[in-house]
Amino acid sequence: MSFLVLVPTKRVPDTDGVIRVTPDGLDVDTSHLSFVINPFDAIAVEEALRLRERREDVEVVVVGIGDEAYEDELRTALAMGADRAIRVDAAEPLDPWNVACVLSELARRLEPRLILMGKQAVDDDSAQTGQFLAAKLGWPQATFASRIDDSENGAEVARETDHGIETLSVTWPAVITADLRLNEPRYASLPGILAARGKPIQEMSLQELGIEIQPRVELVGLQQVASQRTVRQVETVTELLECLRENTELF
Amino acid sequence: MHVLVLAEHDGDRLRAGTTAALGFSRQLANGDGDQVTCLVLGDSVATVADDAATFGPVLLGSHADLAEPLADRWAEVTAKVVQSESIDILLGASSTFSRDILGRAGGLLGGAMASDVTGFLRDGDRLVWQRPMYAGAVTASVVLHGSPLIVTVRPTAAETPERRSSPASITPISIDSGRLPGSTGHLGLDGRPSHRPDVTEARVVVSGGRGLKTTEDFERLVGGLADRFDGATGSSRALVDAGLTPNDLQVGQTGKVVAPELYIAVGISGAVQHLAGMKNSRVIVAVNSDPHAPIFEVADYGIVGDLYDIVPEMIQHLDAD
Repeated sequence: MSFLVLVPTKRVPDTDGVIRVTPDGLDVDTSHLSFVINPFDAIAVEEALRLRERREDVEVVVVGIGDEAYEDELRTALAMGADRAIRVDAAEPLDPWNVACVLSELARRLEPRLILMGKQAVDDDSAQTGQFLAAKLGWPQATFASRIDDSENGAEVARETDHGIETLSVTWPAVITADLRLNEPRYASLPGILAARGKPIQEMSLQELGIEIQPRVELVGLQQVASQRTVRQVETVTELLECLRENTELF
Repeated sequence: MHVLVLAEHDGDRLRAGTTAALGFSRQLANGDGDQVTCLVLGDSVATVADDAATFGPVLLGSHADLAEPLADRWAEVTAKVVQSESIDILLGASSTFSRDILGRAGGLLGGAMASDVTGFLRDGDRLVWQRPMYAGAVTASVVLHGSPLIVTVRPTAAETPERRSSPASITPISIDSGRLPGSTGHLGLDGRPSHRPDVTEARVVVSGGRGLKTTEDFERLVGGLADRFDGATGSSRALVDAGLTPNDLQVGQTGKVVAPELYIAVGISGAVQHLAGMKNSRVIVAVNSDPHAPIFEVADYGIVGDLYDIVPEMIQHLDAD
């Protein structure tokens, strides 16, 4: 049996894009935005590929939940080197709980030894899905990973915490979420892009998976945040410190 | 309404984020019959429980198998308490600790969760939670469906409440260690001893960015300036990536979010991801050689020039006072 690594991904606006709320205040205007694989998920894809380079039996399966437009990003992951992709068809983005429901059903069917995903998606910044999924499956979790040393039965994972680097051991199967410094994702090579054309993207419906969406998070409004400050440029350090003396209670 | 706050502590006292979460909980649970309880887990953590009891009632789960905050075990115990105590809202401070453990508890409790909440409104019987999205470019208002609700709260969203004159009750809970998950192990924490306060808890934060060339320069200039204010040091992602500063100093969307009285950004250009972590500071000073750096758009005071000249001069002036 191969060592299957499942890499769930999310399609998000490129972080260089300017985020504008639509006039009705209920959505983000995506008409001018380009989309990418969530950067943390791209790190997870890269780590899965490195794992495959270290071990012989690894199969890397990338998952996306979304409409047909998602296939471009899945194709990018295949061009990086993933073996195959699954797109779960959904018209609307799902909240973390429902994503975890979809992924746990996929995990039940595919029996991965490792689920490797980004620690958070840079659109809603929730950082919940990996933990929900690990809980639903009853698997160990190692979140915010900055190093993974895998072995036959599990891995030692260094994770970035508020108080320094913590090292955990987990046994397979496990959920690991990737932090920024785990690796730097490769770009797709030309041969990779050509090879990706021949790789399968399997489509599945929520119905096929037996998933009935039960929304947990209802978005009722979005408000643009703008800086209220106007900078005062000062010429000298003396002037700067005078301003701070007048406007803070620190002196 | 019964709110349960999961305590994050250092083995001795509650961390500041948790006391702020207790303050936030009191705003939520301010009606007749409403309750806020603090759940303290760990091994030999009686002093933490004593600290927590100065704010209100405490449930204490103390066991050798809870010595380290391993998410699978702690989430399991927390979820059991939520169920047995009929908790309406499970709450914690936004931190890597809560994201890890409350996230997993959320997965055991049905997933009605909001992260990094900065405020709330009451709309009839509904609670509307405010939280940042897109690195803080927008504030979302969300309603959660399900029960219990699981919420992590930015430490800047509330003040530490007053301590009571006499401590509240501490009630032990039994830990059935034989039934705790055992497939995760703690191998170590590479903590960095520092004489400076944590970046999320200091009144003054001095942060350094790409303008700093070496670890020694960072320590001498950023650290030196921070010490003049008894402040903390922070870092942009660039310096952490380059190995010049440790990860726990990183301020930003994926690092720590701070809102001190004074934030001094030294040699930081001001990527959106960094601004997300500091733009709510009360007074912001930017020191940068590039007059067009985006950091100036969120700053109150800016000084354009070489940080290697300006910062030593600031230190000199502060020492002369």
